Amino acid sequence: MSLRAKNRPLWTALVAIPFLFVAIATLQQRIDAETRPPDNQKEELLLPSGALLKKLSMGYDSLFADLYWTRTIQYYGERVGTRHANFDLLYPLLDVTTTLDPNMIAAYRFGAIFLSEPLPLGAGRTDLAVELVKRGIKENSDDWALYSDLGFLYYWRLKDYPNAAKAYLDGSKTSEGPGWMKLMAARVAEKGGSAETARMIWTELYQTTKDPNVRKWAATQLDGLAALEDESHLNVLSEQYRKLFGRYPASTKDLRDARLLAGIPVDPAGYPYAIGEDGKAHLAPESPVQEPKF
Amino acid sequence: MSSPAIEILGLTKDYPVGFWRKRMRRSLDNLTLQVEEGEVFGFLGPNGAGKTTTLKLLMGLIFPTSGTARVFGRSIDDVAMRRDIGYLPEQPYFYDYLTARELLDYYARFSGLGAADRRARVEKNLERVGLAAVGKVQLRKFSKGMLQRVGIAQAILHDPKVLFLDEPMSGLDPVGRREVRDIILDLKRQGRTVFFSTHILSDAEMLCDRVAVLHSGKLQGMGAPNEIVSIELLGMEILFEAAAGRHLPAALLERATQTGARYRIEVPEADLYATLDQLKSSAARILSVTPVRPTLEDYFFRLVKGGPAPSYAVEVGAR
Amino acid sequence: MTTSSAMPAVVAINTFREAVRDRVLYNLIFFAFLMIGAAILVGQISIGIERLVIINLGLSAISLFGLVMAIFIGVGLVSKEIEKRTLYSLLAKPIRRWEFIAGKYAGLLLTLVVNTAVMTVGVILALCYIGRPYMPYDKEVLIAVYFILLSLALVTAIALFFSCFSSPMLSTLFTLGIYITGVFAEDIRGFGKITKNPAIEGLTKVVYYLVPNFHNFNAIATASHGQLIPLSLIWQNTLYAILYVAVVLLAASAVFSRRNLK
Repeated sequence: MSLRAKNRPLWTALVAIPFLFVAIATLQQRIDAETRPPDNQKEELLLPSGALLKKLSMGYDSLFADLYWTRTIQYYGERVGTRHANFDLLYPLLDVTTTLDPNMIAAYRFGAIFLSEPLPLGAGRTDLAVELVKRGIKENSDDWALYSDLGFLYYWRLKDYPNAAKAYLDGSKTSEGPGWMKLMAARVAEKGGSAETARMIWTELYQTTKDPNVRKWAATQLDGLAALEDESHLNVLSEQYRKLFGRYPASTKDLRDARLLAGIPVDPAGYPYAIGEDGKAHLAPESPVQEPKF
Repeated sequence: MSSPAIEILGLTKDYPVGFWRKRMRRSLDNLTLQVEEGEVFGFLGPNGAGKTTTLKLLMGLIFPTSGTARVFGRSIDDVAMRRDIGYLPEQPYFYDYLTARELLDYYARFSGLGAADRRARVEKNLERVGLAAVGKVQLRKFSKGMLQRVGIAQAILHDPKVLFLDEPMSGLDPVGRREVRDIILDLKRQGRTVFFSTHILSDAEMLCDRVAVLHSGKLQGMGAPNEIVSIELLGMEILFEAAAGRHLPAALLERATQTGARYRIEVPEADLYATLDQLKSSAARILSVTPVRPTLEDYFFRLVKGGPAPSYAVEVGAR
Repeated sequence: MTTSSAMPAVVAINTFREAVRDRVLYNLIFFAFLMIGAAILVGQISIGIERLVIINLGLSAISLFGLVMAIFIGVGLVSKEIEKRTLYSLLAKPIRRWEFIAGKYAGLLLTLVVNTAVMTVGVILALCYIGRPYMPYDKEVLIAVYFILLSLALVTAIALFFSCFSSPMLSTLFTLGIYITGVFAEDIRGFGKITKNPAIEGLTKVVYYLVPNFHNFNAIATASHGQLIPLSLIWQNTLYAILYVAVVLLAASAVFSRRNLK
């Protein structure tokens, strides 16, 4: 087959193409780096409105909804934790997603938590969160989880107890509304802002949500609540100590030595509690636990 | 010792056939032949013999399974070699949105001719193939015969040393075929080498210095027409007419074929005068007496006997 | 003496001539009507977004028309010549097969450049019609058009590649498939990241780098909002297009160089 030996185009291609692809991949990484810093305004900023996109998507709405949902998660994931993050596009992205697919519950729930959560973990826009969830309820009036989220927003973020109670009550009336929602409605109306109510809400959220981001967030809040309880317990012990020794304990070690405590208590992250000069217990400065504010 | 114009060595081509393309069909089997410079070489064979396959292999349109070929010592892989050759494909087709003039000019550019040179050659060759009047007409309006002429024009335009023509006479009326024959003879006079395939044997007989016969992909025979065909006398052919009102001998009529008023009979040489006497006594009118010799056609049929029935254009009165 | 570099040019000019005679450029007339209609309509819309609309509409149309042309002519570049057997007499000339490929590519690219240029003039005229003073960021429109041309150059190469061995219909499907994948390449990779499955993540990453990333070239929204396109992006995109086109044309030449022409 002597004629085959002269097949230069084939050999050139086989040798050159892998090298070229390596060059292309390297270049692409460069391009991505250039256009992707978090505070660089890119095309996403110029997000089309959900209504327009719905018209253009020519029947492939749910596919595009999935696309934008993916982008929303990515957007959040890239920004959370970075120092100068802003979440300006979070609402527009969620808006587009839910316009394209009004039944995407996960999107409403995600928005409820992370739109209302203050920086740096969220957009800090409770008003938008409420708007989003209300829209979700309008489109999915039988989904109890959305009422629960609305209740959470009114109760925790806005301290609007009457509206919170109403949300829980409405949720309890849905076809699958769990019994606790009725309880919650009554409790909120009656007790308003209390740690126990808050714990109920977060525990419920933690147990029912499938979204790993939301789950993690609820766990964090519950840890903070636990820390608060530990601290108030320690405060009581601290007063007892003062009655016994005429001064506040310097640390939890003193309390243990005085046999008021069996051992050195640690917060949910494993850091020992400290006691201030005023005798009040507080978290160790290095502890990552966040106390919720009432 | 200069290299032959065309050298084909063991050229073989297999095609995968069958649904899974597993089996191989050998369309050309180990072809070896040489054509000397200045020869007009006829490549004969029935349809499907592998003539077009051979030409496509030589032009680099398809690739051989094995074997090589050279033109004036340069391998057919060598693209530069193609400057010195011209090719007319079977049933040529050209860009129909171009005019004849534009097409020839386009092809001429590949031969590296300057603008003025191209213009001159295009005009000359349009004239030569009888298309000077329609140079401005788009090729989509051309008939098959006209396209054939354009094809010839583009093959000879750059004065190549070797011409490869695949069925150059096809699609042409007798006038056209005479013109092509003249062109080929003219090329020969200029000392060029012409390698053409055809299944019209009389053309081959008339034009070729040598012929090769291909059948089922194999070379069956090769040589100069007057050498390979024996000159033995096969018999005598008599053409005659019956006189008005007179009957012809029944024995003769049995062996004769009749076309209208004309009769034809073939008799062995020894019986010639006896037959003529019989006809004379019936007052038949003798039209002609001609010796019958074997033709290329007979040689041909002998070689391809047993193969698929070939279709032949048999020329009347072309001997 | 025709040097090897001139052979592709000869084929290119003929390819361009074919496109012109095929009345392919008539689409420009349709485009002209579209732009005129848009310009007039835009006058009825509230002030302030006319520029936005004209640029969005105009550039999107340029991109779309160009895409359609690149694909539909591209997939026939080689296959049509094989089917119609015009290639037989041509390849017997002293032209290498890769030179033929290069020439067909250049010819179609030339057609697209001319087409795009005329359409761009149309967009500019429409912008003038709505009577705005020239702004410094207006030149971003030209850069956006250049990016569109780069992406068309890529699509053409891909269509040509398939044309070398596949029927026009299949080639269209394959080319469109690759184009759409390329447009959504980023999202595919993002999806892979979310699944947190290393196998899928790896796969989507490979796809991301293999497939031509057409989102790099999309500057229409940026231009219509008057934002600046960074200079570095311009040369990066140019280089990307050159490299990728080189890959595809090399592959096309390799495939075509061994093809037996029935």
